[in-house]
Amino acid sequence: MATTISIRPANLPATRRVATAATGESAAVRWILIGLAVSFLALFIFLPLAIVFSQAFAKGIGVYWASLHTPDALAAIRLTLLAAGIAVPLNVVFGVAAAWAIGKFEFVGKSVLITLIDLPFSVSPVVSGLIYVLLFGLQGVLGPWLARHDLQIIFAVPGIVLATIFVTFPFVARELIPLIQAQGQEEEEAALALGASGWQTFFRVSLPNIKWGLLYGVILCNARAMGEFGAVSVVSGHIRGRTNTMPLHVEILYNEYQFAAAFAVASLLALLALATLVVKTIVEWRARRQLAESARWNDGNGEPA
Amino acid sequence: MSIEAQNITKKFGQFAALDQVSLKIPTGELVALLGPSGSGKTTLLRIIAGLEFADSGTVLFDGEDTTHRTARDRRVGFVFQHYALFRHMTVFENIAFGLKVRPRGVRPSKEQIQAKVYELLKLIQLKNLANRYPSQLSGGQRQRVALARALAVEPSVLLLDEPFGSLDAKVRLELRRWLRQLHDEVHITSVFVTHDQDEALEVADRIAVMNEGRIEQVGTPDEVYHRPLTPFVYNFLGNVNLFHGRIDEETPAIHDAATGELVYVRPHLLEIHRQSNGASNFRATIKHINSAGPLVKIEALTEWGAPVHVELSQEKFRELQLAKDEAVFIIPKELKVFHKKAV
Repeated sequence: MATTISIRPANLPATRRVATAATGESAAVRWILIGLAVSFLALFIFLPLAIVFSQAFAKGIGVYWASLHTPDALAAIRLTLLAAGIAVPLNVVFGVAAAWAIGKFEFVGKSVLITLIDLPFSVSPVVSGLIYVLLFGLQGVLGPWLARHDLQIIFAVPGIVLATIFVTFPFVARELIPLIQAQGQEEEEAALALGASGWQTFFRVSLPNIKWGLLYGVILCNARAMGEFGAVSVVSGHIRGRTNTMPLHVEILYNEYQFAAAFAVASLLALLALATLVVKTIVEWRARRQLAESARWNDGNGEPA
Repeated sequence: MSIEAQNITKKFGQFAALDQVSLKIPTGELVALLGPSGSGKTTLLRIIAGLEFADSGTVLFDGEDTTHRTARDRRVGFVFQHYALFRHMTVFENIAFGLKVRPRGVRPSKEQIQAKVYELLKLIQLKNLANRYPSQLSGGQRQRVALARALAVEPSVLLLDEPFGSLDAKVRLELRRWLRQLHDEVHITSVFVTHDQDEALEVADRIAVMNEGRIEQVGTPDEVYHRPLTPFVYNFLGNVNLFHGRIDEETPAIHDAATGELVYVRPHLLEIHRQSNGASNFRATIKHINSAGPLVKIEALTEWGAPVHVELSQEKFRELQLAKDEAVFIIPKELKVFHKKAV
C-alpha cells in the first residue's frame, strides 16, 4: 500500500483579517482610528492603573508595607482568599456538570437551565446581595429558623462565601458549554466501547479535551471572586477584621482618608488583575486553539451521508 | 462470535428508524449493511454495539441475550466514521487505551501492552508514526489507527460505521481492499455500514440491503446484484432504466407507457442497433454521448419520449460510429419485471 503522508499543521493561525484593496482604508483614516483607540485606553485604563501604584507608594515603601501588615488588612486578604478558595472549586464542579448536561444531553428545561446560569450576569450584584439578605437575614424567610439554631449567615463569613459563589456562577459553565458542544460525544463513545468506565472516560478523555477552556473559566471566575464588591458589600456588614474582604477594606480605608493604605491594598488587587490578564491571554490562546481544533476535527472530515 | 438481531424496533420521536428488523450474522463473516441515508443502517449497527438501545427486540451474541448490556460489557470493537481518535493522545496511546483502562487484575503489563501496540502498528503499516498526534495524520492513516485501536482489545465482533465515508475516492479504494485482506487474516465477525454499493459488493461476504427502517434483502453480493427481490434492491445496486411494460406471451417486452408492469433494465444490458430486429426493440434518438471512462455512456430519448441510459464498450461504440441526434434501435438483452402490486 502506498503511504500517502500528508501532514496537516497542528496549529494553523486563526484566519487573520487582511485588508484587501477593496476593504482597506487610507493611511490617514487608519492612523486616526488607531490613535483614538490608544488614547482612549491610555486615558481610561492605563492612567488609573498607574495612579493606583503611584498613590500606593506615595509615602514610601515603608508605609506601603506597613499598611499591608495591619491585622485588619491581613484579615481582609485571608477572607478574600477563603471566599475565592471555596467559590472557585464549587463553581468548577458545578460548571463542568452543568456544561456537560447542556452540551451532551437533550432534556426538558434545558433552555431554562441556560437562562438560570446567565442570571448572575444580568442581575446587579447589589440585588444578588439583597436576595441573600431577604433569604437568610433576621427579617428574612429563613432568618428566624437560623436564629433559633444559632446559625449566622448574613453579616458573617458564610454570607460572603454564598454571595461570591452566586456572582461567579456563570464563568466556568459559560466557557465550557460551546467547547463541549463543539466536541460532540464520539470520543466518549469510543472510550466506553473500548471498555473504559464512566470515570476513566471522564478523566482520560473528556477532561483533557476541555482543560484549557476549563482553566480559562477558572481564571475569570477567580478574578471575579476576589474582586467582587457589590454583592459582598450588602451581606458583609463591614465588620473590621471579621467580614471585610479586600475590596471592602479598600473602601473603608479610602473613606477614612488613609489614601496610601487604601491604594496599597488596591495595588494588590490591581496586581492580581494584571497577573490574571497575562495568564488569561496565554490560556485563551490555547483554549481558542482547542475549540478551533475541535471544529476542524468535526467539520474537516466531511459530513455523514 | 455470531450476532443475531431479532425484531428490533427503534423510534426517534415519531420517526421509526428501525421497524421489526431481524438479521443473523454467522461467526467470522463480513457483512455489509447497505442503504441510503436514513435507512436505519447506522442505528442498527449502534444497537448491535450497545451504543444505542432498541425500543423492542433482542440482540444475541452467540445465542446469549445481550440486549441490556452496555457497549462496555459487550466487547465489541467499534470504528467511527469520523474516527473519534483521542485527539490529545499519540497514535501509540490511542491504540493502547483499551488495554490501559482494564481493571488492575486483568490489565496486561506495560511490556505486553507495548508489544501488542507495535504488533498492531505493523498490521496497519504505521510503525514509524507511533508518536504522532491524530491531527498530524491523513484521513486514511487516522482510520487505520482507529481500526487498530478497536482491534487492540481483541473484540469478539468488529463494527464499522461508514468506515471509509469521509475519505477521498482513491484512499477509499485502497483501504477497503486492505480491510478485506485484514478480514481474511483475522476472521473476526465484522459488520460495516455503507451507502456505497460498490464498496459493499467488493468487500462483503453478505449484504443486507436496508430501506426505510427495514431489511429488503440479505444475500451474497452475487445474489443481491443478480437476483434482487425488490425493485428497491435492483435500483440501489446499480444504475437502471425504468420502463412501463407489458407481458406478451410470458415474455416481457417494453412498449408504450400505457400498461401495467414495471420493467427494469441496467444500462449495460441495452444494445444499440442500426436495424430493427423485429419485435423486442424500440426506437430512440441519441441525445448525449460521454465517451470518457471505460464505458461510453449514452443518453437517448425513446420513441414515446422517455429518457434512457445505455452503456456501451468503447469497441462497440467505435464500431457503430454513433453521433448525436441519430435515430437508432435499442434491444434489451435482459429485463427485470416487478409486478406493480408488489411495489
